[in-house]
Amino acid sequence: MSERLGFGMRSAENGSQAEPSGDSRAGGAPGEPPPDEPLPAGARVDLEKERAESQADEVLDALDAELVGLAPVKTRIREIAALLLVDRVRARYGIDSGRPNLHMCFTGSPGTGKTTVAVRLAELLHRLGYVRKGHLVSVTRDDLVGQYVGHTAPKTKEVLKRAMGGVLFIDEAYYLYRAENERDYGQEAIEILLQVMENQRDDLVVVLAGYKDRMDSFFSSNPGMSSRIAHHIDFPDYQTGELEAIGHLMMEREGYRLAPETAPVFRDYLERRRGRPRFANARSVRNAIERARLRHASRLLARGGEVDRDDLTTLLPDDFLASRVFTAVRP
Amino acid sequence: MRITQGTFSYLPELSDEEIAKQVAYALDQGWPCSIEFTDDPHPRNSYWEMWGLPMFDLTDPAGVLMEIKECRKAYPGRYVRLNAYDARYGRQTTALSFIVQRPAEEPGFRLDREEAGDRRIRYRTHPYALDRPEGERYARGE
Repeated sequence: MSERLGFGMRSAENGSQAEPSGDSRAGGAPGEPPPDEPLPAGARVDLEKERAESQADEVLDALDAELVGLAPVKTRIREIAALLLVDRVRARYGIDSGRPNLHMCFTGSPGTGKTTVAVRLAELLHRLGYVRKGHLVSVTRDDLVGQYVGHTAPKTKEVLKRAMGGVLFIDEAYYLYRAENERDYGQEAIEILLQVMENQRDDLVVVLAGYKDRMDSFFSSNPGMSSRIAHHIDFPDYQTGELEAIGHLMMEREGYRLAPETAPVFRDYLERRRGRPRFANARSVRNAIERARLRHASRLLARGGEVDRDDLTTLLPDDFLASRVFTAVRP
Repeated sequence: MRITQGTFSYLPELSDEEIAKQVAYALDQGWPCSIEFTDDPHPRNSYWEMWGLPMFDLTDPAGVLMEIKECRKAYPGRYVRLNAYDARYGRQTTALSFIVQRPAEEPGFRLDREEAGDRRIRYRTHPYALDRPEGERYARGE
């Protein structure tokens, strides 16, 4: 354990930085005490200070500010952050609690922010010293499963090696297992994955993502996978109000704004779009804004003449009203 | 006779943690690592067999260490070395190479003298291990 901590992990760095100002220096040890020396039982550690040092709050606050809604997801991630922080303090007293199992499964409809949360999670785990590098390797079935006998194992291993020290994000993980084809190589990839998830828990965190119903059937045919994943997090669909907030955030980032009379049209648009098939939450909002931008640009060109800053940044109701959503009969 | 070749060859054997630190340094420099093994210890034998392909795009030494352990498990009685390749233009060569496993017993080399024309003498080094066929040279370990 102490060897690991010395190996470029944050807790060790912070431990040695924090030590000189703490009480342990009064113990008479000249110079820096070794970071792996346990604190005496009577020593007190300021949790607030630990928290500030880990800089985890920045990531959590960014998560709150940039992601709308998703309350259950945020709560769970805050809980994980708290656990890791407390574990770090416990480790300084020499209490060995073993590394928590942090493999996760994100389920939810398309466009509910699974990938975005995974990126934040990697960053957060890195700041709390759980993973060494904090990069995210995002893969799908194609990256893991080979095309002929003997192709799968090296392929899966290569991806796992790349992800070590960070987070492996397997999008649409249910494709790994194809029930209809017994000789599908996906099963081999799953076995290797399970082995590494179990034996090298220190080296990487695996996050599976996919739609709820299909992940459920994936887990029911792979019970070993389900039991090795501690956190099953469900991403709820967005409400219209949340979608609106997401849309405003996106437009702000791209230097657009809605004219006051456009806001109700935009809300109406989202309301109608939600009821239509193939609605993909935030991704549909992005696409709607992209199309409004197209119409906005062609409207400006068609009008000709001079434009000012307001013209260039303001989306009018017509830019949304031209959408098929308004002309089609509601089902 | 303990064979010395590559970096750190005069140091005691590196532990796995020390190997991981060296690998971490190589990865930080952007050098991809590869693993090779052989049972022909002759110093001029530069063509060792590759253990899998070179490992590109890694950020953490854990993956390299995993492969080293697997190679050791598959070939417990052979030499295993780790290479780190610097692909930068102008260098394009192996930047770091060291032995991470050696057979339990290394019988060493003998010096052969050969009399050539005009009483000239040619010398060559001959590893005792080479007297046996490939794969059985350090058979005790395997």
